Amino acid sequence: MAVVAEAQFHVLAVDDSLMDRKLIERLLKTSSFQVTAVDSGSRALEVLGLSEGLTSSSAVSPAHNEIEVNLVITDYCMPGMTGYDLLKKIKVQLMLPHISISWTCFERFMGSLFVSHQGSSSLKDIPVVIMSSENVPSRINRCLEGGAQEFFLKPVQLSDMKRLRPHILKGKSKEQQPQEEETSSTSNKRKAMDEELSPERRRLKLSNYSLI
Amino acid sequence: MLPLCSRVLLSHPFSPMSLMALREQLNMLVNSMYIEGLLDQQFQQLQMLQDASSPGFVAEVINLFCEDAERILTELTKLVDQAVVDFQKVDAYVHQLKGSSSSVGAQNVKLACIQFRQFCEENNKDGCLNALNVVKHHYYLLRNKFDTMLQLEQRIQAYDSKQQN
Repeated sequence: MAVVAEAQFHVLAVDDSLMDRKLIERLLKTSSFQVTAVDSGSRALEVLGLSEGLTSSSAVSPAHNEIEVNLVITDYCMPGMTGYDLLKKIKVQLMLPHISISWTCFERFMGSLFVSHQGSSSLKDIPVVIMSSENVPSRINRCLEGGAQEFFLKPVQLSDMKRLRPHILKGKSKEQQPQEEETSSTSNKRKAMDEELSPERRRLKLSNYSLI
Repeated sequence: MLPLCSRVLLSHPFSPMSLMALREQLNMLVNSMYIEGLLDQQFQQLQMLQDASSPGFVAEVINLFCEDAERILTELTKLVDQAVVDFQKVDAYVHQLKGSSSSVGAQNVKLACIQFRQFCEENNKDGCLNALNVVKHHYYLLRNKFDTMLQLEQRIQAYDSKQQN
């Protein structure tokens, strides 16, 4: 459904520092991305249509809250919810595979009550990039193992922006061809779990239903 | 005073020469800041990000940095002054300042912050007191030059808009 070729992709930037938010916003805009910049992980979840608990605010009509986010870039060190915490909350839908069988019926029923803010793409598949001013290998590994696509060392450079689009495009083509295997050098950053979900299951944002 | 200034005084106020002189002054100021280690390559990144669509970008970042830095320095002064210093809190603030200075390209300030964090890790109060002074020294030096830089930029931009009329 989305026109991938000439589309202007939308990046959600998360950083508690106003200065760094301005910077990342400028970097992204200069690189032709649409940007929404927020100051916290909880704010980011709101924008993504994920509330931390099931509340009435999560059942919003498409016209009101149709913001499609193609990539999330977040600072690691933030008060309250860290970038890593945010990453895990976004990727939490990996729990889905454990629920099966009458899933499709349930899905259709729930789908009629709630709207997927991301259209046909799954939130879980949104690439997440983590930024940090500190070069701590264990931290970097933890993030990559947690499902982050990339880890940028701050200050983020204009040249780093070039690394974003491939992740967005990979995600989009995977949507159309779930069996497509990744062979690039970044394959070690992907988890095998990512490929197990079928497109139909991924359409539902389960975290809204607090089934976990 | 730069020898270029004499040309500025002699030329017509709206002649291209004065604008060029202002630009040269600004370039020389910025270059000297790089040479003296006040600024590093990151500042060049910021300059690259400023263009016709965001003419005030560098100024905005500089102002945000200065606001941030001064807020943090005020807090640090209070914290390091305590009888019993909360080194974790101090370190958290210094970490923030290190981050902002790194983002704006404030090299000397950043390096001073790195030193400061060492003393925090060692729970060394005297070291921290000293380090805070060093950070302040470098910060105020930088701020002074940033002020001049922004004034020059403003004058240049005012010039440009006059020229366009």
